[in-house]
Amino acid sequence: MSAQGILASYEYLDSTVDAIENLKKAGFDEIKAYAPYPEHHIEHALGYGQSPVRVWTLVGALTGTSTAFAFTSWTSVEWPLVVGGKPIISIPAFIPIVFEMSVLFGALATVIGLFVLSKLPNVKPAVVYDPEFTAGRYGVYVEADASRLEEARKIMNAEEPIELREGAADA
Amino acid sequence: MAVGTTERGALTHPDVHRLDDVNRDVLKMLTVPGKGWWALFGMCVAGVGLFLTAWFWQIYKGIGVSGLMSPVGWGVYITTFVFWVGIAHSGTLISAILFLFRAPWRQSIYRAAEAMTVFAVMTAGLFPLIHVGRVWHAYWLIPYPNSRFLWPNFKSPLVWDVFAVTTYFTVSAVFFYLGTIPDVAAARDRATGLRRKLYSVIALGWQGTDRQWHHFGKAYIFLAALATPLVLSVHSVVSWDFAMSIVPGWHATIFAPYFVAGAIFSGVAMVITLTVPLRKVFGLEAYLTVKHFDAMAKLCLFTSLIVFYAYLSEFFLAWYSGEDPERHAFWNRLFGTYWWATWTMLVCNGFVPVMLWFKRIRHSIPALFVISIFVNIGMWFERYVIVVTSLHNEYEPFAWGIYRPSIVEMSIMVGSFFWFGFWFLLFTRLLPPIAIQELKEVLPPPMRKKKSPEAAEAH
Repeated sequence: MSAQGILASYEYLDSTVDAIENLKKAGFDEIKAYAPYPEHHIEHALGYGQSPVRVWTLVGALTGTSTAFAFTSWTSVEWPLVVGGKPIISIPAFIPIVFEMSVLFGALATVIGLFVLSKLPNVKPAVVYDPEFTAGRYGVYVEADASRLEEARKIMNAEEPIELREGAADA
Repeated sequence: MAVGTTERGALTHPDVHRLDDVNRDVLKMLTVPGKGWWALFGMCVAGVGLFLTAWFWQIYKGIGVSGLMSPVGWGVYITTFVFWVGIAHSGTLISAILFLFRAPWRQSIYRAAEAMTVFAVMTAGLFPLIHVGRVWHAYWLIPYPNSRFLWPNFKSPLVWDVFAVTTYFTVSAVFFYLGTIPDVAAARDRATGLRRKLYSVIALGWQGTDRQWHHFGKAYIFLAALATPLVLSVHSVVSWDFAMSIVPGWHATIFAPYFVAGAIFSGVAMVITLTVPLRKVFGLEAYLTVKHFDAMAKLCLFTSLIVFYAYLSEFFLAWYSGEDPERHAFWNRLFGTYWWATWTMLVCNGFVPVMLWFKRIRHSIPALFVISIFVNIGMWFERYVIVVTSLHNEYEPFAWGIYRPSIVEMSIMVGSFFWFGFWFLLFTRLLPPIAIQELKEVLPPPMRKKKSPEAAEAH
């Protein structure tokens, strides 16, 4: 049986969260929520844990640290500047560069991680989407087998949505 | 479920009631601009023309058209470089540091402040290139494998600065862009025609799904956590361009914190200078309330105190050190050839902000605007004092000299303000100048049931 979806737009936050919680209780797990701003109640209702973005940040920053340290040391050995009796590899003098490169690599890795994890850029056009989601409405989209669609519709309707639409949220 | 209305700082914006009010009020700014905007924009284009003409003239004739000559090899260009890097800092302070501290007043101003950061670093980054004269060799700054395997001296603060400023520009541009994605998506959903196409590309297909928000929130926190030490490091590194040398008046251990405080001081003043007209022109009184300006004024006052304390301790330590060159450097600042620059700095940065102790002045937008202009001027002169008065009288009296900025240098300096204004004006019309989604976060969420008893215990 093919999977189909319903999208409900809600005006109120509590109706949205209740709809998500009731859908989950009824055993639907292909749920997607829309909000005009990051809403931790929705994330909580969907049961999110830690975002793996942090791994990207850490790995990126450590790559930056080691790259910068290796690079400054290697180039100093490659072209030694013997001045003032200072060591060729002067670690304290390299710290600013090592620090800046850690931040640079960490930040870029964070953004790449975000794009990979949240599937951006999202070039596939949405089949059902409400432009009010970026304004003031919340949305709940559920995907289920055609046989269970009626049940999902009932649960979503109980929370008085502004509108209900059928279709696939993304291809 | 429990969604308490009390947990949000709803009182920050008492006149904004509904979530989509924010879209309406902010997105209406992104319409076809009026006459006033075009007049300002035209002025900026003319100013950019002046800037480029002066720069091309210098490239054509050589660095001799500037007033730079031994012993003063660093002049208006380096002064203006430090000035613009400093301006940039408060943008990151507001967007990253105050974000981590959850300051409730930052939401309305942070987008404008962040844009200011990006454009100010962009402007600052031009000045070392202008200063070195032969700008077509600027790529030598970057460590790349050349035919002789000659590498930059990584022990030099000037090379640290290349890394600090380029990293700062990259990270702040990325941070700025990331923050705008959900807001540009909001603009996309309301726009038509060409703008809709443009915003669709910038928004990368953002829809505000739970998965997107989840990772976005975390990524934003990590970027803020990376940007916070970054912003402190950048002006520290800039200060080490001076402090690592042995020039009297430069060789001081307080330079890093002193520069960072000065940067935030000038930057907050610049945010006030920019947001006062923005608020007036776009009618944003509900978003940029007197409370916001009060908070910025307090930050300005606080950093002014640190900066003034640094001035006093510099004078004290010069006397206390017992070193003749050091004592002379500071006596020369106050009463030498450049006394006017030093006194402008002391009055604008130390005495004028004293007025901010009074609540009546902090609550008067015109007064704040005027004070912020004084601070901008004072902070430019602070860098002028540090750069020029220290260099013109170093150790040996026979090597002393006087520096007079040439008309080319002054044109480039003045032109840089128009160059900055050019980008900022474009920003106010093309991207939402107020962070839509962050404002919504502090508004009370719309609730069907007021608050149910089972909700309280659910979480």
